[in-house]
Amino acid sequence: MLDKELRSMIGKVKDGRMDRRAFIKRMAAVGLTAPLANQILALGGVAMAEGASTYKPTKRGGGGALKLLWWQGPTLLNPHFATGTKDQDGSRLFYEPLACWDPDGNMKLVLAAEIPSIQNGLLAADGKSVTWKLKPGVKWHDGKPFSADDLVFTWQYAKDPATAAVTIAVYRDITVEKIDDLTVKITFPQPTPFWADAFVGAGAGQILPKHLFADFIGSKSREAPTNLSPVGTGPYKFVEFKPGDLIRGVINPDYHMANRPYFDSLEMKGGGDAVSAARAVIQTGEYDFGWNIQVEDDVLLRLEKGGKGKTVYAVGGDTEFIALNFTDPNVEVDGERSSMKTKHPLFSDPAVRKALSLLVDRESVKKAIYGRAGRTTANFLNGPEKFVSKNTSWEFSIEKASKILDDAGWKPGADGIREKDGKKLKLLYQTAINGPRQKTQAIVKQACQKAGVDVELKSVVASVFFSSDVANPDTYPKFYADIEMFQIPLSQPDPSQHMRRYLSTAVATKENKWQGTNFPRWVNKDYDAAINAADMEMDPVKRAALYIKANDLMWQDTVFIPVQHRLKVEAAANNLRPVISGWANETDNLFDWYREE
Amino acid sequence: MSQYVLRRLMIAIPSLLGISVVLFVVLALAPGDPFSELATNPNVPPEVQAALRAKFGLDDPIHLRYLHWLNAMLHGDWGFSFVSRMDVDTLILQRLPATLYVIGSAQILALLIAIPVGVYAATKPYSLFDQIANTLAFVGFSLPTFFTGILFILIFSVTLDWLPFVYTTDIKGTGIRWVLEMIRQAIMPVAVLGLFQAASMTRFVRSAMLDVIRLDYVTTARAKGLGQAKVIVKHVMRNAMIPVVTLIALQMPAVFGGAIVTEQIFRIPGIGSLLISSILSNDTPVVMAVTFVFACLVVLFNLIADVLYGWLDPRISLR
Repeated sequence: MLDKELRSMIGKVKDGRMDRRAFIKRMAAVGLTAPLANQILALGGVAMAEGASTYKPTKRGGGGALKLLWWQGPTLLNPHFATGTKDQDGSRLFYEPLACWDPDGNMKLVLAAEIPSIQNGLLAADGKSVTWKLKPGVKWHDGKPFSADDLVFTWQYAKDPATAAVTIAVYRDITVEKIDDLTVKITFPQPTPFWADAFVGAGAGQILPKHLFADFIGSKSREAPTNLSPVGTGPYKFVEFKPGDLIRGVINPDYHMANRPYFDSLEMKGGGDAVSAARAVIQTGEYDFGWNIQVEDDVLLRLEKGGKGKTVYAVGGDTEFIALNFTDPNVEVDGERSSMKTKHPLFSDPAVRKALSLLVDRESVKKAIYGRAGRTTANFLNGPEKFVSKNTSWEFSIEKASKILDDAGWKPGADGIREKDGKKLKLLYQTAINGPRQKTQAIVKQACQKAGVDVELKSVVASVFFSSDVANPDTYPKFYADIEMFQIPLSQPDPSQHMRRYLSTAVATKENKWQGTNFPRWVNKDYDAAINAADMEMDPVKRAALYIKANDLMWQDTVFIPVQHRLKVEAAANNLRPVISGWANETDNLFDWYREE
Repeated sequence: MSQYVLRRLMIAIPSLLGISVVLFVVLALAPGDPFSELATNPNVPPEVQAALRAKFGLDDPIHLRYLHWLNAMLHGDWGFSFVSRMDVDTLILQRLPATLYVIGSAQILALLIAIPVGVYAATKPYSLFDQIANTLAFVGFSLPTFFTGILFILIFSVTLDWLPFVYTTDIKGTGIRWVLEMIRQAIMPVAVLGLFQAASMTRFVRSAMLDVIRLDYVTTARAKGLGQAKVIVKHVMRNAMIPVVTLIALQMPAVFGGAIVTEQIFRIPGIGSLLISSILSNDTPVVMAVTFVFACLVVLFNLIADVLYGWLDPRISLR
């Protein structure tokens, strides 16, 4: 099938019989997108393409000031301590990784000179090591040269548990060695199909200067003055930082990319809320760019009428879902609710799960709430495109749901609520306090009522719901409810981390203090096998097939009811040309931003 | 007198200790933890969260944590923010100027409106002026600042495009231009807050004036043939201002504490917005420090008010 065709195409590109762009186009035609088409080429022995730049200015500077509005302002500027993307965004103004992801998920070189591939010898064919060549002549903002030592140091810094870096998982198991001043080799403990994680992207990839951090590794990490006043290699130099309020920077005249950056200075203002941020950018034009505009679409449409700005969207892989509890939240076994020793009294009947899935009206949720920022979906895994299953489908039908329940013996009682063997179809549905989520709850509840399913709604303050507080019963991993709704961001253009969460070894229990990531407490041997195999699988086609299989298993078992595939929404001035990627942080491609005169 | 002050001081210290214990316990028992954002981040293994908790002493028993905090505080160490990993005092000092400027200006505006209007209304009770002033005052303190704030933004920023609605500490330009910009961006928040304060203060001034204006000595002053203006300013206002001064003294902590709602609406980087963002991110050391400073100010200004009372009316300090 696809496998064979793909291999012959890779062969053609290798021999030069097929143009790279044509290859990627063909890939897109069969449902694969650029990031994976590129990785396929890389692993097939062809170099990964660098993303095409849309940057037009022909000289450095002259663009005036760039005014950014982040309604949650960055609170610290060390990317390896970041709590949330806002801190990564703030430090990324100054620090840089080796490469980042462009809007299509292509790799874009930043501090690296060349994209590793099997062909150029930088990527090992067995997937166990990758060698990065660094750009020569790059300088830190204080004039010291940037070199391989800085990468080795960043690795040592992040992997040290005493440093307590949030990026530790990326660096803990790899080895980084210096080959020469401009070459480093990363060795993986096992074949690693997604090798572009360490030193890539804003999340974990930002490289720290050794000469300023060397004395502050491990337990002294908090004392580094540079945690709050970064000295990086980026397009803008640090001027001032007031946590939660303001970051200022000025152009770096020695920046290593030609004609970049365009703006002479930048300001990132924090605080306030998303609606007024949208207003300040779209309606009044006080700011050039507003981050993460989580506002209902009709509000945005109204602001856009005759305004000075517009909304900008980026497609990533974020999915808003409803998770089903496979254990019983109402029975306590050995002092533990939702214990693995129990089975959910209603959901142990697959018909109930199926019926519930038919009662979620994704189209209405899209129309009434998400608008342009959402896409209806049946899949838990919605990106990158290559990994998205085409075997699934969703439907909204109260009649079908009722029929399934009727057939399974769930008959309406005197109060109109269905019951079977003395068990009533009553569900507790929890989520984090959040306008769109609570509206979705209402839409689902209404449909359920019509089908004879009684739904009680509960919403928990987000800071509690998403906390790891062991003492609190209302956190999402404890899952003391029948169903719950939220979203877990897919932060890189690869699903491996995301899908490992639901391995049966990762179930959240009292024993692991509910730190396990498998909160639906769903156990499926086939799923485990597929995910574990995909982790080692170097053949990109087989690997994609494994993730699609894993997604389909979740769909068949109705572990999740995916509601919307969510897009990133930003606000930008009409004349601003921001480069936003669903696979990167908003400030990741800032060097390519400019203003159309 | 000095004994009276001493006695008051002796009461203030245990009150502060008591307040700090209550604040600390409440914060320690409140749900949520500062590393909640890390919980959904796949790059952060549970060990790191545990290491961070241990490093910041979050797993120690409450009484140990309290003693540790108290000891540090006595040595002038305010602790450091979990979220910013920065010293709390630096963080507060960074936020103080904006708060003092905006909230302070609003208080001054409120006084400038409340005293003349309140005094004039009291001299002519139930006149047309008094009734209009009363009505406006009622409307004024019935409308919450979040409502008037958004109304002002819609009128002056969106429709008329006269004023900016994002307050920024980073104003381009120097000299007179800088001063003008500083004033321009503060007009809306100061007006919103000032008018709100003025409304309740006007009522207070009016009733304080009315209490005094009917006393016999005022009638005596009038009977001696003194002019109306002289009677009001020298005889009535002076005495009526005693409770008003106390009220203002007790409102001073609010000037330092910021106005949470107004600061949020206009994105003023003040203490109020620091407090709310710290509460939202469970940054307990900052919440503790800000609320404790607030408590200290309340106690301090209470003390000042008490002392002022004793000085104004010696009978009080003798009791």
